[in-house]
Amino acid sequence: MDTIHDMGGMHGFGNVEPETNEPVFHAEWEARCLALNRAMGAIGAWTIDEGRAGIEMLPPGVYLTSSYYGKWARRLENMVIARGLAGADEIAAGHATRPGAPMKRKLTVADVPRTLTRGSFFRTPSAPARFAVGERVRTKNIHPATHTRLPRYARGHTGTIEAIRGCHVFPDSVTIGAGENPQWLYTVLFEGRELWGENSDPTLRVSIEAFEPYLEPAQL
Amino acid sequence: MTDDDHDHGHHHEEHGSELSEMQLRVRALETVLAEKGYVDPAALDLMIEAYETRIGPHNGARVVAKAWTDPAFKRALIEDATKAVQSLGLINRVGDHLIAVENTPTLHNMIVCTLCSCYPWEVLGLPPVWYKSAPYRSRAVNDPRGVLADFGLTLAPDTQIRVWDSTAETRFMVLPMRPAGTDGWNEDRLGTLVTRDCMVGTGFPKQANEVA
Repeated sequence: MDTIHDMGGMHGFGNVEPETNEPVFHAEWEARCLALNRAMGAIGAWTIDEGRAGIEMLPPGVYLTSSYYGKWARRLENMVIARGLAGADEIAAGHATRPGAPMKRKLTVADVPRTLTRGSFFRTPSAPARFAVGERVRTKNIHPATHTRLPRYARGHTGTIEAIRGCHVFPDSVTIGAGENPQWLYTVLFEGRELWGENSDPTLRVSIEAFEPYLEPAQL
Repeated sequence: MTDDDHDHGHHHEEHGSELSEMQLRVRALETVLAEKGYVDPAALDLMIEAYETRIGPHNGARVVAKAWTDPAFKRALIEDATKAVQSLGLINRVGDHLIAVENTPTLHNMIVCTLCSCYPWEVLGLPPVWYKSAPYRSRAVNDPRGVLADFGLTLAPDTQIRVWDSTAETRFMVLPMRPAGTDGWNEDRLGTLVTRDCMVGTGFPKQANEVA
């Protein structure tokens, strides 16, 4: 989706403002919101990619004016409603009035250690990696209206395969209900000037983590 | 927030009135999801406790201090950070996709996620607000020196800058350079020099004379 979450290289957002001695959470609701989101992911209500797509589907104005956990709360609300786990009427009332769609498991105290561990996204490859380390590649100029992890600033540019990171779940596929469709993942390195033009910082190089379907051999 | 001059992307962007609205909204969600049997609030309490206490940058600091004192560990860390960090027996596993990138006198690494806020939670804890903010996510990839200036950092003009955009499930941490004047320091003492920001690439470790 070409929307506001894809921020790399945009102007106008101002300076970065680090906070001295920042607390882990700034309000209790942020902590509850984080835990609730993690819990629903842990019981299989949605995958990490579907959760990200849920954030990206917030209207741009809402995205920009909501805090991080504010976005998480809105995403949680939208997704539990979309999946039939709770109704907007129940959330508005603050109480359940009927059973929700069945889930395979409940998030219990015994499950907590598992929720604190990141899953593995490695999958068995169905074919060898198409590109080799050191190979020149061009990112495709794609603009899917659905979730993708190829940022706009890195589309249609030539870079070098720096590393092969294994075969991973393909977010673009999971989020359209087409399964994990595992793909090789590469670190692709670009010169700053390739991305930003002649006035780029000459000392800058930027890499992205690119799934194989985003790439084609560079024209020689 | 409607006014652009009201601290860009900072945590105050939800107005006070919205803060209480958010409290009510999240409480309603928790009540409904608990009543339906999807989550046990006691489990949420434990998760929050873990993020507030056990999962934080002190884990990453241990990794860095070990790498500064143990050349074999450092090689293992650069080779396969997932395996190397797990060998330290930190409380939580790191998943399968951790990558450590090393700063040198001629190369400075910075980590960002321009598309969301991917961050190596397992070694650094939850990301700070600035890491998730629009200013950082937009500028890190095309104006890293400007971003570093916001943190009070200046690099030599010829230092190469490498920005790692975390666009997949691989996660990155920076291995900063060991500060001068720390010969003979043990791991625990070195660990006191390691800040969260120096493991993201927006800071340097503390200098030897900054700690007791």
